[in-house]
Amino acid sequence: MLVDSPPDERAAAPAARPGGGGKRAAGLVVSAAVLAVVALASIAVGAKELSPAEVWHGLFQDSGTYGDVVVGERLSRTVLGLLAGAALGLSGAVLQALTRNPLADPGILGINAGASAAVVTAITYFGVTSLSGYVWFAFLGAAAVGALVWFLGGSRGATPVRLALAGTAISAALYGYLQAVMIMDDAALGRMRFWTVGSLASATHGTIAQVLPFLAAGSALALLLARPLNAMAMGDDTARALGADPDRTRALAMLAATVLSGAATAACGPIVFVGLMVPHAVRSFTGPDLRWILPYATVLSPVLLLGADVVGRIVARPAELQVGVVTAVLGGPVFILLVRRRRATQL
Amino acid sequence: MTTTRNPTTTGGPESAGTPASTAPRTTRALRGPGGLSLRLDVRACGVVAVLLAVALTAGVMLIGTGDFPIPASDVLRTLVGRGEGGQEFIVRELRLPRVLVGLLVGACLGLGGALFQAVSRNPLGSPDVLGLSQGAAAGALTVIVLFSGSAGAVTLGALAGGLVTGLALYLLAWKQGVHGYRLVLVGIGVSAVVTAVNGYLITKADFVDAARAVVWMTGSLNGRDWTQVWPLLALCAVLLPLVLANARGLRMLEMGDDVAGALGVRVGRVRLLLTASAVLLTSAATAAAGPVAFVALTAPQLARRLTLPRFLNGAGGAPLPGPKLVPSLCMGAALLVTADWASQRAFGADQLPVGVVTGVLGGVHLLWLLVTERRAGRL
Repeated sequence: MLVDSPPDERAAAPAARPGGGGKRAAGLVVSAAVLAVVALASIAVGAKELSPAEVWHGLFQDSGTYGDVVVGERLSRTVLGLLAGAALGLSGAVLQALTRNPLADPGILGINAGASAAVVTAITYFGVTSLSGYVWFAFLGAAAVGALVWFLGGSRGATPVRLALAGTAISAALYGYLQAVMIMDDAALGRMRFWTVGSLASATHGTIAQVLPFLAAGSALALLLARPLNAMAMGDDTARALGADPDRTRALAMLAATVLSGAATAACGPIVFVGLMVPHAVRSFTGPDLRWILPYATVLSPVLLLGADVVGRIVARPAELQVGVVTAVLGGPVFILLVRRRRATQL
Repeated sequence: MTTTRNPTTTGGPESAGTPASTAPRTTRALRGPGGLSLRLDVRACGVVAVLLAVALTAGVMLIGTGDFPIPASDVLRTLVGRGEGGQEFIVRELRLPRVLVGLLVGACLGLGGALFQAVSRNPLGSPDVLGLSQGAAAGALTVIVLFSGSAGAVTLGALAGGLVTGLALYLLAWKQGVHGYRLVLVGIGVSAVVTAVNGYLITKADFVDAARAVVWMTGSLNGRDWTQVWPLLALCAVLLPLVLANARGLRMLEMGDDVAGALGVRVGRVRLLLTASAVLLTSAATAAAGPVAFVALTAPQLARRLTLPRFLNGAGGAPLPGPKLVPSLCMGAALLVTADWASQRAFGADQLPVGVVTGVLGGVHLLWLLVTERRAGRL
């Protein structure tokens, strides 16, 4: 097929069907509408129920009531959920494309655990308390574990099983370290036990402002990589023939995934499975073209994360279930379902 | 009864290219009357003897260590029943149960890990990775956090948690039989879910319970008494003969389901039986001491490497032959008690639970394992 046709168009859009683009664009608009609804729900639902009118007043015209304060609190939480969700989904989609691995997820590959361990180290031993300080540690931990898993999983010969095993093994070791720190330092236990679950509850304007630049840069980089990553799906040689530089693409993709999951972890703690589930669900609709998968993942991952957060607030009212717990409980069965499909285990 | 050298049982290495005349003979056959014979792996027996000696020595040292140090000679004298009053109480009532729990838990973990790794045919298919330890921990945490239960109730909770997780794992991985890789991957999924639930339970606890829960989740031998020794001992007495009787089938299973079936092994039944035994052993061990990290992963690997004939050690790509159940068991016991002794000596009595030491050592070993297995293309 590559011999008798101009290669670039075919390679970049392997699943293009006549009229498919229009349908997919419409789907993206619908997804954005769903996201808006979920975001509004995230503002309205919680320990104190708000009416639509109160939400409206809180958002656009201050009525000076108690509701305004609640809306303000929930607004930063919702925005952080939007950003973190998009970051996790994008990084999962990039990792899945990069490793050609249907089971890749920043949580499963241990990248979140790496960021957690680095943040805990920073808080306990280096006395770093501000998010802007330990976000760098999170990047460092995420990058180190990402590289380690990639190396241990067999670099280019990596199979899903090897990568998942390497990631889980490293996560297990790092969680052991986290527990040791929490045993020896009661103060660390007090702070860390909430953070290590993965929660949006501590969101403030400051948190958002501090992680926003990283998330924006990471997202832009990931979205720009859609085309070269598409080319790489056909193997290094073909990619090179199509004008993509495989090594550079690989390095940049790893950088994007690390920055995205590192920043998201620093802001809300380790959250698993969002990066796994959304790209899978999206792929069944868009086909394998990353130029569609990545935007869809950007829009739909926050739907999942915010949805899980809302569910967590409803289920355990007036207390709440941390979003990391809800996504794990929702995502675990999806992961197992994927494993039970024959293709995933045979890869 | 006569002892004859049996050159045929070292067939593997010869086919791997080692000249037959230089291959050391590591296996002997004991031939008895009436055509009965017993194959004896001399090297494995030696390793078992050494490991037992190490475990018991470490046990004696551990009894002697603490706020009230007792010299080894006094410990031995007290153990055979000729000690003085004060020492007798400390040794018999306070420290001996702890050492026995350590030995039994280590043995259970070593054996359980060896079984899991053999059944999943993967060196990383240990209870730590499969989520069983986390499942048992979830059971214990539920009791600690939601009911503020006593130590006995925590033990029961851990046992129930481990068994439920094991059952769920087996059912979820079941699809016309249980395939090794599917079991591992399903285990990874289960373990992620259970870890999140554990984290949630810890955030729900008040601070005192949370601290207790974290210590429990690290795995510790502090304050173990006779009530923990007896159930473990009974379980081992039942399961050990059962497992060893099926060891032959397990050895065949390592060659693949089809070959094992052709050799007369009932693959499904043997695998179910051995997986169930492994789940029971691991859950009971976790219930007694908490999820001590990595012993179940490390002990069988080290045992395998020790029992391997020297000329096979490190041979690139050569499959490691046969699960070594008894050496793994002894290795687990030796590892755990030695680690506990080391943590008592290095950090002071009851400062740091043994799980921290095994966690750090196990983590390092794990990385090394990942590198070497990858290099040999076996992972």
